[in-house]
Amino acid sequence: MDTPTSYPEKKLKVIGTSPVRPDGVPKVTGLAQYGADFNLPGMLWGKVLRSPHAHARIRSLNTKNAEALPGVKAVLTAADLPEQKFAYVGPERIAVNYWHMTRNILAREKVLYEGHAIVAVAATSQKIADEALKLIEVEYEVLPHVIDVDAAMASDAPLLFEDMITRGIEPPPAKASNISKRIEYKLGDIDAGFAAADEIVEMSFKTAPVHQGYIEPHACIARTDSDGQSELWVSTQGHFVVRTFVAKLLNMKTGDLRVHAAEIGGAFGGKTVVYLEPLAVALSRKSGHPVKMTMTREEVFKGSGPTSGASMTIKIGVKKDGKIVAADALFKYQAGAFPGSPVMNGCMCGFAPYDIANMRTIGYDVVCNRPKAVAYRAPGSPISAFAVESTLDAVAKKIGMDPLQLRLKNTAKIGTPLIWGPKHTHAGFAETLQALAKHPGYNAPLGKNQGRGMASGYWFNGGGESSATVSINEDGTAVVATGSPDIGGSRASTALMAAEALGIDYDRVRPIIADTNSVGYTQGTGGSRVTYATGKAVINACNKVIAELCARAAKIWKIEVEDVIWEDGHARPAGKKAGAFEPLSLKAIAAQRSATGGPVTASAAVNDGGPAPGFSTQFCDVEVDPETGAVKILRWVAAQDVGRAVHPAYVEGQIHGGVTQGIGWALNEEYIYDKDGHLINAGFLDYRMPVCSDLPMIETLIVEIPNPNHPYGVKGMAEANIVPPMAALANAIHNAVGKRLTDLPMSPPKVLAALSAR
Amino acid sequence: MSELRYEAPKTLEAAVALLAGAQGLTKVLAGGSDLLVQMRAGRIEPALVIDIKGIPEMTTITAENGGFRVGAAVPCMEIVEHKAFAKTWPGLTEAIALIGSIQVKGRASVGGNLCNASPAADSVPALIAAGAMASIAGPKGKREAHVEDIVTGPGKTSLAKGEIVTSFFLAKRPPHAADAYLRFTPRTEMDIAVVGAAVNLTLDAKGVCTDARVSLGAVAATALLVAEAAAALIGSSVDDAALARLEAAASAAAKPIDDKRGTKEYRIKVVGVMARRAATIARDRAKGNP
Repeated sequence: MDTPTSYPEKKLKVIGTSPVRPDGVPKVTGLAQYGADFNLPGMLWGKVLRSPHAHARIRSLNTKNAEALPGVKAVLTAADLPEQKFAYVGPERIAVNYWHMTRNILAREKVLYEGHAIVAVAATSQKIADEALKLIEVEYEVLPHVIDVDAAMASDAPLLFEDMITRGIEPPPAKASNISKRIEYKLGDIDAGFAAADEIVEMSFKTAPVHQGYIEPHACIARTDSDGQSELWVSTQGHFVVRTFVAKLLNMKTGDLRVHAAEIGGAFGGKTVVYLEPLAVALSRKSGHPVKMTMTREEVFKGSGPTSGASMTIKIGVKKDGKIVAADALFKYQAGAFPGSPVMNGCMCGFAPYDIANMRTIGYDVVCNRPKAVAYRAPGSPISAFAVESTLDAVAKKIGMDPLQLRLKNTAKIGTPLIWGPKHTHAGFAETLQALAKHPGYNAPLGKNQGRGMASGYWFNGGGESSATVSINEDGTAVVATGSPDIGGSRASTALMAAEALGIDYDRVRPIIADTNSVGYTQGTGGSRVTYATGKAVINACNKVIAELCARAAKIWKIEVEDVIWEDGHARPAGKKAGAFEPLSLKAIAAQRSATGGPVTASAAVNDGGPAPGFSTQFCDVEVDPETGAVKILRWVAAQDVGRAVHPAYVEGQIHGGVTQGIGWALNEEYIYDKDGHLINAGFLDYRMPVCSDLPMIETLIVEIPNPNHPYGVKGMAEANIVPPMAALANAIHNAVGKRLTDLPMSPPKVLAALSAR
Repeated sequence: MSELRYEAPKTLEAAVALLAGAQGLTKVLAGGSDLLVQMRAGRIEPALVIDIKGIPEMTTITAENGGFRVGAAVPCMEIVEHKAFAKTWPGLTEAIALIGSIQVKGRASVGGNLCNASPAADSVPALIAAGAMASIAGPKGKREAHVEDIVTGPGKTSLAKGEIVTSFFLAKRPPHAADAYLRFTPRTEMDIAVVGAAVNLTLDAKGVCTDARVSLGAVAATALLVAEAAAALIGSSVDDAALARLEAAASAAAKPIDDKRGTKEYRIKVVGVMARRAATIARDRAKGNP
């Protein structure tokens, strides 16, 4: 059954309210089962030996003594994993290469970063597993390493892959380099555009890689039956993705691996890949025992993905009246140890909010000796936006125009071409700018050492494949099973949509996350796709259920099904039978299940292509301490187009979360390496994410421009909010003290150094 | 594989006997907020852990000769919530209040903060500025020492084998006396001092500074007691000129290193700023203290 694609005129009853989340009580009482909370009888503990070097060739590996240690039941090296074909598979923006993936799971020829996994062991206790790791002998040939992206691109840089020829250059370069890929997008004629400009601003920027910072470290437990079927419980954003990856990496039949998504203690993109999962499954297959694995916080920092750091140059040409006539950008993103930074997203998103006739973006994906970059909330977009939105601020200053008015003058509208080809098909950006312009704070007076900065951001938002099954119980309650792990309140949002569609109360809907073998394929939770796309699968399944309920009512009334309509949770006789019978509630029909045809249940699947993008515009006020360089945030106002706030309180929560992570990224978060490429701040004490008292009250302005491609107007909204904060803060600091910070993080020593520079 | 022995003596004498007789790495456990973290990280593997939380004189705050005696294992939150203590020693109290989170402070102790011997410990400069005396018990009996004489370097103390810090004594305050502690951290809390500065001063009835002690944290291998900085205040009305001299003296005394928490240059500059601001707060508090 197709989802109607018109925005309903009727008043919504449940959507737009903010009830307590269905998963709330187990979480606040501590009973929710997270990745590390699962235990099985006969369970072993798996542990990983990790590289102490940033870059080294593995000359030899001897696990004999570890295998001989009493209590050790299995030892796993790369030799136990099948070799994979070297090929980039899947859509280019999110392509994977299993040849790389298996080498990230367990190193083969070389270790490419400190913390790179080499051997996994399973033993009867954690202590024995730790002891076994100490007995493993690895002979390394330590190689020169490279951490910084510009250094990695230098012609004399140490090479991570001696045969890597840059993709995307014709003819291909003859010489190998650390540049995995070059991307270029063009629109119009940038030379002509710059020639027509009255003013040109060109600036360079750097950002530091930042970790997603989820509180729950990676954790899983695997078991294997004697017939080779395996089962895995894991903290993940996509248990179907885990199944696909693990089955491929271990050469298993997909149907032989059943994956359960545990409750998740934060992910933000970082749990869209696998690290421990294939090891736990392989160790359980090898040992015959269940195997539990968890990372320490240090392992999370050293062995799991941050998002890229970058080096960027932006050039913008503008007319005196504020019309931007040309924009050029160079984005060099660190991929970490294996190709696959989100530079393509950076190239696509950087100028996306704007109507610029002539523009170009060039991107480089560059490997270096640090953990492989993994998705982080709007992957790639916050990085390019920091550079673009900072430059726009300088442009506004140069022509003496308010930065918000500059953006309003250049706002992309429906029909404006995007740099990668298609045209904008949704509004929403201008409305976020107007929301801020109307906010009384935007023109409020500022004190000494205080400043105000604003910035905007774009994110695609996702659609894609989702499945849902809706079952009506005999008491008239409904179970909604989806394949989407809930990382941001999606059980609440899908339950609200199901309640709205079925016409029943929210607390009569029980949403669950079904395992991979109990519901249809569902892509991972990411790209702000779940409330939108999985929501559509849920609504479609509800519509099927409603059709069935109408058929049951027709049967009870002995009338034609065409003469039954569904209204406010009731079947009503209609047409020629209108008024002939008392309406039957969902509950009343459900009670007659057996007599009218048996279970009432329906599944629906979507592969949705109609998501609408997200726009966020934010301003902040700061006060800079001129003697310490400390930046205190006084106020934050974030406007975002969310299409329709299904659960307004959780929408606000998502905006608060994105802004908060952006503040950490802007001010303090960074990886600190020693000269040998060792990470020396692998913990939350010295990897400084913000704490509550670092944050201002974050005021949210929820803009609702409905998405016509969703029955309730939903747009993804969990990511666009992390895009503007870094530039907004840099712009506010500039406004406060007249110094432009171009190198993240804008930590107190850097701000103080900028203040001292004359 | 190594074994860990755990003992929880009920008397000071038993604790001293355990410490004195111990073989291998022996650690005293108060709140464990440093010790357990180090053990979990695999940095140390003690053979014996002696839990001192069951020893009464180490876990109580008592009045003594008009001053306070604070057990070395008293949890920080008990001190923070001790109204009379906090009123008398606002600077020391704010230093203690900056250690970790409320939950951590529910376990962590000032004795542990001192004997962990981190150059960045928050309570240590404040204790030194306050002129606190440490009571030490050992196999040869009891002795008293100035707090500034306990820590000798990062992770190192002057305690002999078998010795343990049992309590701190803070003497009765004269009129118009107050202290203040400020640290700089990139975050507002849950952080380690990049620099710390404690100032304790006494004014006469006219507002002239008659006595001062200034101690700096995280700018040398141990917390520093900076006589030159104190001298800049004594005899002045703690006016802008005196504060500028104090700032210069504090920066001049700093001998920091570059590390992941801050650069040498930054620490030298900012410790002076923190010392000046702390002195200003202490002065204003002293004026308000009849």
